[in-house]
Amino acid sequence: MTINFLSPALIFIVAAVLIPFFKGPLRNVVMLAVPILSLGSILGLPAGDYAVYSFMNVDLVFGHVDALSRIFAIIFHIISFISIIYMLKIGKGLEFSSAFFYAGAAFGVLFAGDLLSFFVFWELLTIGSIGLILSGQSKRAFGAAYRYVLMHGIGGLILFAGVVMHWIETGSIAVAQMSLTGFGGWLIFIGLGINAAWPLLHSWLSDAYPEASIAGTVILSAFTTKVAVYALARMFPGTELLIWIGMIMAIFPLIYAVIENDLRRVLAYALINQLGFMMVGIGIGTELAINGVAALAFNHILYKSVYFMSVGAVMYRTGSAKATDLGGLYKRMPLTTLFCIVASLSSFPLFGGFVTKSLVQSAALYGHEYLAWFVLLFATAGVFLVAGIKVPYFAFFSKDAGHEVEEAPRSMLIAMGLGSALCLLLGLFPQYLYKMLPYSVYYEPYTLAHVLAQLQLLAFSGLAFALLVLAGLYPSEKRAINLDIDLIYRKGFSAINQGIAWIANGLNSQADRMIHQKLVSAVANFSKNGVPTLLSRGLSLIWIGTGMPESTRKKYYRLLDKRILLGSLPVAIIVVVAMLYFVLLYTL
Amino acid sequence: MDKQGFWDDKRHIHWLVISLIIVSAILFLLDFVLHPHHHSDWENWPGFYAVFGFVATVVLALVARYVFRPLLSRKEDYYDN
Repeated sequence: MTINFLSPALIFIVAAVLIPFFKGPLRNVVMLAVPILSLGSILGLPAGDYAVYSFMNVDLVFGHVDALSRIFAIIFHIISFISIIYMLKIGKGLEFSSAFFYAGAAFGVLFAGDLLSFFVFWELLTIGSIGLILSGQSKRAFGAAYRYVLMHGIGGLILFAGVVMHWIETGSIAVAQMSLTGFGGWLIFIGLGINAAWPLLHSWLSDAYPEASIAGTVILSAFTTKVAVYALARMFPGTELLIWIGMIMAIFPLIYAVIENDLRRVLAYALINQLGFMMVGIGIGTELAINGVAALAFNHILYKSVYFMSVGAVMYRTGSAKATDLGGLYKRMPLTTLFCIVASLSSFPLFGGFVTKSLVQSAALYGHEYLAWFVLLFATAGVFLVAGIKVPYFAFFSKDAGHEVEEAPRSMLIAMGLGSALCLLLGLFPQYLYKMLPYSVYYEPYTLAHVLAQLQLLAFSGLAFALLVLAGLYPSEKRAINLDIDLIYRKGFSAINQGIAWIANGLNSQADRMIHQKLVSAVANFSKNGVPTLLSRGLSLIWIGTGMPESTRKKYYRLLDKRILLGSLPVAIIVVVAMLYFVLLYTL
Repeated sequence: MDKQGFWDDKRHIHWLVISLIIVSAILFLLDFVLHPHHHSDWENWPGFYAVFGFVATVVLALVARYVFRPLLSRKEDYYDN
């Protein structure tokens, strides 16, 4: 191999180490140069395996390049660049290094051609995200980071067990298509599923993302779950179970998003909904569907980041991302409002969502997955309601909360503007995106039927929202949190603790009462009074039997009492018993 | 605080709602004029997408409000104690 492959993972992780040594404008230039140089190093690279190292008879592949890893790598570079601009003003301390380290780990997973290096980078991804969550620097952030570590720690163990078993079962360690026939395949599937925020395994996402720092949430929303989408698309395309998982993911988070007050959490739930579309696409697994998944992920990373950036800008200025604290900000932050609206128009014609989501929808229809098609259509209308309308409405319109704030800082505006522009460009020139897709499939998004259908769906969804608000039926903003599956390990574990404490303490006090207070005193009483009483009763029977006169008997009783009081009798008894024991021991 | 914005004028909100209704009605009627050709049968029912979008949104909002909010909603400091 004559072509030199410089892994973006290496570039970003080295940058993460070096950035703390730079200061001021030089640091900013260096940080912005990293994604550009890194992207340049992989763009022209033909498909193939680069950076292959033999280690203990195993081929470790750090540069597995094909159309699927390339398109994810391109969007990851774009979003790294945008996020870095976004955090130039607000980034603190190790936040920059965490971001670079995290992105580097994501590139490592993308280009891993073997499961061992895949696993190592997968774990580094968790470490990087912890840095970003901890940058939230609040008690809640620390709690969320702790729960995040637990969840992803378990996920990592499952994945590792799966990799080892898969290795034993098949003898192969390549990152390639797998099946759910072996136990190893199942474990890998579930390990990936935790990062993909499958139902019941999802709560680390809605728990942790809204507690990270403002820039941290933007970056987190782009990588972890999309890395899992990439991995599932590579290893488990066409796995029918994913269609069911995806359908559930497309629906249930919408309910949370409708009633949730924290707008960053609303966006986190809407994110899970979009992952549902991608899971359905991977489950269908046709060339059109996998193209749809890659295109969806590409666009989703862009517009979701614009959402998180605009809500982050609001939070930076007002100190809150809660619907109850916000409203009327269109007067003070008009450009941020505009960018948020661009993100919310994503599924309209001329925008990125329109030209990407329909690929998966069409794949469902052509694959005769009619139920999935209906569910995704419902989810399209639903996510437009909860993210497209709710977020801009409560943040920038609705009742004026009276925040006298300035427009977002310039670096934030530039980042949001770049993201919004790209969303629009995708919608206007989808053919450039389609060219990057893993398979060459001809697809025309702008047909009369499609444009009209999508406009009808969204217009009537918006109309329904307007009428519900006017009628006072739309769920109002409410200062509250909503129980999710994390209840089990947040309250459940403490309930288990309390339950165990109740049982153990009960046993303890009961044992204390029975043994310490009653049994011990009973034994003491018996050894003091019981033995002599039995002895004297027994002896008196013998004495009476032998016809001993009463006066002699009384004399012996007195003698016995004295011996007992002196305590010499029990000792003598024990000595006799001990002697008997030894005699028995030697004779038998 | 008292900076007067465009949407503080109630008439502007009325115009917005009315124009939304008009646009929706036109989009709905276009189904009968243009006869867009879809892939599946149900998509070819006139007004399918319009009705679906409206009903889906109403159902989602009301189910979330009346069924799930009472079940799931707790005070903000629920986990802090």
